Amino acid sequence: MSDSKLIDNSNINTEDMVLNMGPQHPSTHGVLRLKIHTDGEVVSKIEPIIGYLHRCFEKHSENLTYEQVIPFTDRCDYLSSMHMTHAYSMAVEKMLDLEIPERVEYIRVITAELQRIASHVFFIGVFGLDLGAITPVTWMFKDRERIIDLFEMLTGARLLYNYVWPGGVSHDIPEKFVQRTKEFLDEFEPKLVEIDQLLSTNKIFIERTADVGVLDKDIAINYGVSGPTLRASGVDFDLRKKEPYSIYDKLDFEVPVGKGEMGTVGDSWDRYNVRYLEIKESIKILRQCLDSIPEGDVHEALPRKIRPKKGTIYSRYESSRGDVGFYIKSDGKNIPSRVKMRSPAFSNLCILPYLSEGWMISDVITILGSLDIVLGEIDR
Amino acid sequence: MLDKSLIDSIKAISDSISFDEESQIFNIVKVDDWLEISTKVKELGFDYLMCITSIDLEDGNLSLAYNLNSTGSQESLEFNLIFNAETEVPSVESLWKTADWHEREAYDMMGIKFSGHPDMKRILLPHDWEGHPLKKDYEVADYYHGMYIPKDKTSWE
Repeated sequence: MSDSKLIDNSNINTEDMVLNMGPQHPSTHGVLRLKIHTDGEVVSKIEPIIGYLHRCFEKHSENLTYEQVIPFTDRCDYLSSMHMTHAYSMAVEKMLDLEIPERVEYIRVITAELQRIASHVFFIGVFGLDLGAITPVTWMFKDRERIIDLFEMLTGARLLYNYVWPGGVSHDIPEKFVQRTKEFLDEFEPKLVEIDQLLSTNKIFIERTADVGVLDKDIAINYGVSGPTLRASGVDFDLRKKEPYSIYDKLDFEVPVGKGEMGTVGDSWDRYNVRYLEIKESIKILRQCLDSIPEGDVHEALPRKIRPKKGTIYSRYESSRGDVGFYIKSDGKNIPSRVKMRSPAFSNLCILPYLSEGWMISDVITILGSLDIVLGEIDR
Repeated sequence: MLDKSLIDSIKAISDSISFDEESQIFNIVKVDDWLEISTKVKELGFDYLMCITSIDLEDGNLSLAYNLNSTGSQESLEFNLIFNAETEVPSVESLWKTADWHEREAYDMMGIKFSGHPDMKRILLPHDWEGHPLKKDYEVADYYHGMYIPKDKTSWE
């Protein structure tokens, strides 16, 4: 991106400097190390170095039964554990050809959308913090805390739930869960305006994010970018609409797409705004589901023993970060022969060297923040 | 289930493609043709490479599964390459940039070598790690940088 270079250094002899950012750095969202080659303050090349959180998820899964893998998927993306267990369970169910009770599907969608709100709210807070705004993170954590309280009521755990199992969920919803969730939504929805006032229309915020790190549609697809990051580039792609799983085909919701309201389509502001709008859509989905949970037994379809027949499967799921894929190979035993997880943040991060070239170091923080990565999922 | 005309148009690309009706997977026998085949597949509209999975088949052969998707028509394909552990697989990084990191991971975990990859090195493990852990015959070394690696889990669990 030569036009964005701020300093004309054609007549000066300059020297590349290597700057290490991370693995311990407040703005790298975990333990990510960036080897930044800079020319003055302008970035000429970035090399992300990952693997500091590698916990051998795939190797472990080859020695555990299908049921025992579930808690490991929880720990992959610790900010949206519900999505990971749901994605894994869906892959196993596909192998077993299981029919899932309607009640279970409703509960799963409710937990998935609550988790999406929690994850996006966290993103907005932390993204503000990256850019120097302290207030959003304190406000957003308050709302996220309410969702985590709801999950605690539901599952007993606050972060790593082990809730969605192949064939069902671990417990039925408690008596007052629906009412409490509705109360939360009623209080949370009007407060969304505050985010608008704090960040979306904030002059400093717009100056820092609009037109920064513009990601073109075709390049995004070529790099395998998915989720809100891809949609911000103007691609109307959401698995919940395009390949509806669970009960998403019965629900009425929109897919927000980046329009470039403050600058160019696919800039950091768009990536922020798509996530903000997705919170509103999730609330819409939740209101539809909460009123119509059918009766039934959530343990009805739980298989006694998970022993899929020989073969492979690739299953996709739309998590809050993008397209999660599980590739499972079965030998006909109760232990999977190979489990590969296609992590959305892994593919989203590989665009960073391309995006940050020619920007200042402070803009790299913006671009990295807007990609919303979770290192636990990248390193697995 | 895949469309009949789509299956025919992909099979017409090369003789080394065979289609497995039951699993809906395209198998490729001659690995050297892979770059040529994938170029043509991309021209058919499959512009999104979702995942590359490396698999140890435990009989001295390795396998790679490529899951492709078309953002236009929403169709998904799976290609399966089976080859000897010594064989070099042509890199598709020039077609789908996302293959860069996925291929590095396949090398790191399974020891698959890719020809034509611009920057082939380990990605998740430290650069001086020995062996490729996802191989079925992998054995953990006794020491790493002078640190003893415990193997008997019962003693510390």
